[in-house]
Amino acid sequence: MFGKTALLSILLFLTGCSSSTTWGWYVINPMTNTGWINIKFLVQGMGSTILISLIAAGISILLGLAVALPGLSSRRGWRIFNRVYVEFVRSIPLLPMLFWVFYGLPLVFKSMGLNIPIDPFWGAIITLALSDSAFTAEIYRAGIQSIAKGQTEAAQTVGLNYIQTMRYVILPQAIRRILPPLANQFIYVVKMSAFASVIGMQELTRRANELVVTEYRPLEIYSLLIVEYLVLVLIISAGVRWLERRMGSDEQS
Amino acid sequence: MGKSAIEMVNVNKWFGDFHVLKDINLQVGSGERVVICGPSGSGKSTVVRCINRLEVHQKGTIRVDGIELTQDADAISAIRSEVGMVFQQFNLFPHLTVLENLTLGPIKARGLSKAQAREKAEHYLERVRIPEQADKYPGQLSGGQQQRVAIARSLCMEPKVLLFDEPTSALDPEMISEVLDVMIELADEGMTMVVVTHEMGFARKVADQMIFMDAGEIVEAAPPAEFFENPSSARCRKFLSQILHH
Repeated sequence: MFGKTALLSILLFLTGCSSSTTWGWYVINPMTNTGWINIKFLVQGMGSTILISLIAAGISILLGLAVALPGLSSRRGWRIFNRVYVEFVRSIPLLPMLFWVFYGLPLVFKSMGLNIPIDPFWGAIITLALSDSAFTAEIYRAGIQSIAKGQTEAAQTVGLNYIQTMRYVILPQAIRRILPPLANQFIYVVKMSAFASVIGMQELTRRANELVVTEYRPLEIYSLLIVEYLVLVLIISAGVRWLERRMGSDEQS
Repeated sequence: MGKSAIEMVNVNKWFGDFHVLKDINLQVGSGERVVICGPSGSGKSTVVRCINRLEVHQKGTIRVDGIELTQDADAISAIRSEVGMVFQQFNLFPHLTVLENLTLGPIKARGLSKAQAREKAEHYLERVRIPEQADKYPGQLSGGQQQRVAIARSLCMEPKVLLFDEPTSALDPEMISEVLDVMIELADEGMTMVVVTHEMGFARKVADQMIFMDAGEIVEAAPPAEFFENPSSARCRKFLSQILHH
């Protein structure tokens, strides 16, 4: 009995039928035609958000490894390269970097005689990947360093070269320790992809902004936006836990 | 005894300011067995680790099978392909099965086919008497079994020289003999071996040459009979009395 009343009042509350006039949940009420159209408009940004995040994270995972390995070298020059890259890239806030890449990088290309336009899609991806790579590099470094030195030595004594040692001995062991922080970092990329809205990328946040401008219902629309990110991140988390379980089961030590 | 398998001439090494190896001179003939003992920190492991370039020496020359160890990556890999190594902590690859541990080097570094590598691996697992453990992971084996797998892993590379860095020090007492038995068999078959160990029973049985090190120097080098009955230096006598009568 109590449950039904509570449900009814929540519904009334959410659909704006209560006596309070400050709520405007009708803008995203799926039962009305406009509300449904609005929801579809907002949710359709999901594809871009996911695509930008996936490509950026993919590049960052490769770039991060390429930056991390010199950091583990016995040669000082390589280690300095790693330190400079990580400290420099890590210190640039995402938004200024996004502006620099989107508005500035094409001019750099032009000065080199290249005509490479950067659209919002690739501008966002380059920025996110660059910015994230400094963090993934540090994650790799910590993960690889956590594998005992004896493993590298044993690999060398059975004739493996550096790349083979990494590929067959060190990385397969390190990956289980690297994966949880890497997944954490991916969630960060998904959230930071919201910045792509300011250069006109039609992703979740941009669409919410545009709808707010026409409907003038910021509270309701941004609430839905937050729920959209929440759902996305929960799905990623579940995926990572599944992956961890799967990887955990085939190592016996 | 054939020609020199390992030749170290005036080898010196420092860790920072610490002089770990002082003018080490060592000749190991082909087929010869050398046992190195000494207190901890005496540099005995470092000597062995310099032979396959896990440590870099700063002065002097090291030749393995006639090849001189330099910065040259080809020389290093040529020497490593002739020198096997067994570690105190086994250093098996925990994410691979026993069989995969044995076949990784032969397949990736030697270019053997999977079938050839597998055949070789099974042969050497037979020799260290654990053929039935091939599909297990290292973590499922006892310490003694793990060390025997590590020996088999080295043998799969068909080295001319086998280095042992305190192979039984990390083992429970009841597992020491199963590892030593395998090593004695290898010695009987003519393998060139350099063994860092405190197992003096083993040393008496197989060593052609005993070496006692202290504070980075070779203090005593003699055939076992002479070494154990009549060591010339006081330091060596003291060390032997400590490890033999406790």
